Formats: sequence, structure tokens, C-alpha cells
Amino acid sequence: MNAWILAIVQTVLLLLIAPLLSGWVKWVKCKMQCRRGPMPWQPYRDLAKLMRKEVVLAEHASPLFRATPYLVFSVTVLACSVVPAFTIGLPTAAIADVIVLVGFFALGRFFLSLAGMDIGTAFGGMGASREVTISSLAEPAMLLSIFTLSMTFASTNLNNMVHFTLTEPFQIHPSFIFSGLSLLLVATAECGRIPIDNPATHLELTMVHEAMILEYSGRHLALLEWASMLKMLIFGVLITNLFIPWGIALTSGFVPFSVGALSMMAKLMGIGALLAVSESVLAKMRLFRAPEFLSLAFILSLLGMLSHVVLEVH
Amino acid sequence: MDIAVFTLAEQLILTLAALMLFTSFLLLAQTRLLTLIHIFALQGGLLCATTLLIAFTYGRHHLLISAAITLGLKVFFIPIQLQKLVTHLDIKREVEVVGHPSLIMLGGAALVLFSYYAVLPIRELSMLATRNTIAVSLAIILLGMLLIISRRKAVVQVVGFMCMENGLMFAAISATHGMPMVVELGVALDVLVAAILFGIFFFQIRTEFGSLDVDKLNRLKEVD
Repeated sequence: MNAWILAIVQTVLLLLIAPLLSGWVKWVKCKMQCRRGPMPWQPYRDLAKLMRKEVVLAEHASPLFRATPYLVFSVTVLACSVVPAFTIGLPTAAIADVIVLVGFFALGRFFLSLAGMDIGTAFGGMGASREVTISSLAEPAMLLSIFTLSMTFASTNLNNMVHFTLTEPFQIHPSFIFSGLSLLLVATAECGRIPIDNPATHLELTMVHEAMILEYSGRHLALLEWASMLKMLIFGVLITNLFIPWGIALTSGFVPFSVGALSMMAKLMGIGALLAVSESVLAKMRLFRAPEFLSLAFILSLLGMLSHVVLEVH
Repeated sequence: MDIAVFTLAEQLILTLAALMLFTSFLLLAQTRLLTLIHIFALQGGLLCATTLLIAFTYGRHHLLISAAITLGLKVFFIPIQLQKLVTHLDIKREVEVVGHPSLIMLGGAALVLFSYYAVLPIRELSMLATRNTIAVSLAIILLGMLLIISRRKAVVQVVGFMCMENGLMFAAISATHGMPMVVELGVALDVLVAAILFGIFFFQIRTEFGSLDVDKLNRLKEVD
């Protein structure tokens, strides 16, 4: 019973810090570009404002359009409860392994792109088709790097993966470098960050994610925004904890849990700052160069798998 | 887990091998000449680091000389020379068109697989912990060849040639802890002479054909 409470606490905490991460990235980015920038907690105010606003629905919106924000949000929260963030050994880890986690994201994306096309505006359909194109290229790379990791860990369960790294003596795996890099590239594509998509603009020529949710307003929009912040947080947690799991709580109890939470915050701040730096130095790519970017991710994950087979297996 | 049987230094050597393979792929993907030369210098640096690591870990002090030669020639002399050449010939900004970048990359991955299977019997002959790297060095050699056949610019072909030589050196160092000094010095001298000769050839090709595109060398020229 205690473990279930911990699991719920962890999920709620992750839900609550997701806007903070997105605000932090924006703040660091502004500081790097010598602008004042909104404070890191600005996303909370935005979400609260959107929650209070009235929902405006298009005349021809189907029930699917109305259900999608709740569906996407709940699927993302479910995904969020699965990742080992502050502590391992939670009962929620048995819900899904890492392949199902990828499936959760695909499910959310499926409904989001359907909803984008539902209203029948040009932008929604355009955004949906772009999103599906990009994700169909990103998913093989992500799965391949995950397979590389699970070949090393002999498990696809995230809990076991993190536990393995912590209990074995320190080893340098050449394949992890490639898988890590590949996952970073995939994460930028999946979260719609800069080389692929710019979350800060609503320029019709370039937007991908924003184009799909253009017709949403009020609490629907708030839920979708929150879900996308949460998705970024999940990717951050996943990448940091798979490769740098040190600090995460191995035993249950209040003190290890808080240590795990604090170290997780520090890691997230680090990876958020890294994202802000990369977004400041890189320019957004043309849409037609996105396949090149993602094929680089695929080649990296393929190299990771090859170097596992060639170098690490005796 | 299998990698746990290696010491930390050996794991580092394996990591460096993987990184060298990665730089080979970067060479294949890169379309700008100056960046290509910088990546080549980086590969030389990785080779030098591997040599140093092996020299200190296994107490093979003659490898220090080899590391110094690698550092001097492949990290500094040849890249700087090539860079000067590129600046001098004014082809710095030229973006080279590769046929199908993704196809060539996939071909490269297939070559890695091929060299893994080709090397399996040879691997049994070596008793060293780092014998797994032979497959990687063969892959680097083959990737250098792929670089040569997939590009048209003569400068890139020279880089591909040097990349092949990097693969050879890497095989020698990681699988057998270095070649005899005479051989090593001879190879180094060969590379040096090749670099200088290629430089002279570039100028000749350039004045004769007005371009460094080797496809144009196929065409017969009428002599008046």
C-alpha cells in the first residue's frame, strides 16, 4: 500500500514540475540571448488562465474533437507514472515496459492528429500529416536504441534497466554513447523542439505541433499544452535516468525519496539547460531536411546496436 | 554481462574504437570540405589517444613514438596541409553532392556487419582482450573505400585514403600492440609522401582540367 502512495506522489509531483521545466528552458534561452524573459513559473499562470477561459468549439466539431484533450492528457499521465523518476521498485512499473511507453506516445499522437483533421481547416490537416511523417521516422530510431539498451540489460522493463546500472560495477558501454545521442535527437523531434519544430511561433509555413492544436481553446488547450510539457519531462527523465541513474532511490522511505527527487530536479535542470543552449545555437531546419536529421538518429542507433554486437559481446 | 570481464582501460579502448567508427560515418555524411578535414583530424586524434592508452596500460613504450608520429602527421600536418590546399584552390565553400546520403549510410552499416562476419575466424587467433576491435578496424578501412568511390572531388578521395590508413594503424595497435618500428616509420613516411604528392597532383589536375571533379578525367582530351 505504501508503495502505491509513493507512486501516486511521484506522478503528481512530475505533473506539477512539468510546466516548471518548460518555463526553465524558456528562461535559460532568454538569458542566453540577453533578453529578460518570463520567469520560470510563467507556464503555471498561462495554464491557470487557459483553465478559466471559455471553450470555443467549431460548429462541426465531432465528439472526438472534444474527447481528444482528455485522452491525450490521461495517456501522458499514465506514461508519466511508468517512468522511474525519483525511486525504483514502484508497483506502477509493472503496468508497462519501455515498448508500451513508446506505444502510449503513439496512441496520444494518433488521437491528436485525428483531432487536427476533424475540424477540416487546412492547418490542422497539414500539421497532422507533418507530425505523422516525423514520428514515423523517429519511432524506428527510438525503438532501435531501446532494443540496444535492453540487449545489454536483458530486460525491457525500465525499473530493471535502472536497477541493473546501479548494482553492477561501473562499466563503460560504447553502445550507450550512440543510443544516448540517438535518443537525444529523437527526443528533440518528438517534443517538437528546435531543429524540427519551433514551439515559440505560430508561423503557418513551419509549425507542426502548434498547427494541430490551433483550433483548441480554453481548458482543452490547457490540457494539450500541459500534456506536451509532460511529454518533454518524460523524455528528460527517461534519458537522464537510463544513462545517469545515480541519485535515484533504491529503497523506499522518505529520505531516499527526497534525495531522489532533488537529484532528479538537478538532472532535469541540467538537461533543460542543454536543450536551451542547443536551441540557441541551432536554427530550425526546413521540413524536408527533417528526414536527414532523423536518418542520422537512425544511423546512430544502428551503430549503437552494431557496436554492442561487435565490441561488447564476447 | 560480457563487457564486465574487461578492465576499465580495455573498456575505454573499445569506446575509442566505437568513436573512430562513428567518425568514419561522419566523414561519409559530411558534405563540406573544411568540416570533412576537421573530422579527419579528429579521427587522427582518437587514434593517437588509443595509442597512448595502450602504451601506458600495457607498458609498450615504443608505442609512444608511434603516438607522436600520429599526432604530428595526422592531427596537425596533413589536415593543415589539406586545409591550406583547399583554401588555396578556393573550393572551401563547395558543397559536394553525394548520390543518396541515406543509402550510402546504410551501405556503410552493411559494411560493418560484413566485416564483423569476415573477421570472426581471424579473431580466434588473437589472445588479447581487445581483439574485438579488429572488426571495427576492417570496417574503418572499408568505409574509407566507400568514401573514395562515393565522392567525386579529389580532395575527399585523399581523405578516404588516409582514413583507410587510420583503420590499418588502428588494427595494428589494438589487436597486436603495434607493428615493428621499421614498418611503422615506413608507413608514416609513405603517408607523408602521399600527402605531398597528392597536393602536387591537385594543382596539375586543376590546371589541366579546370576542376577537381574526377569524373572529368574519364573524358578523352583531343590533343592539337
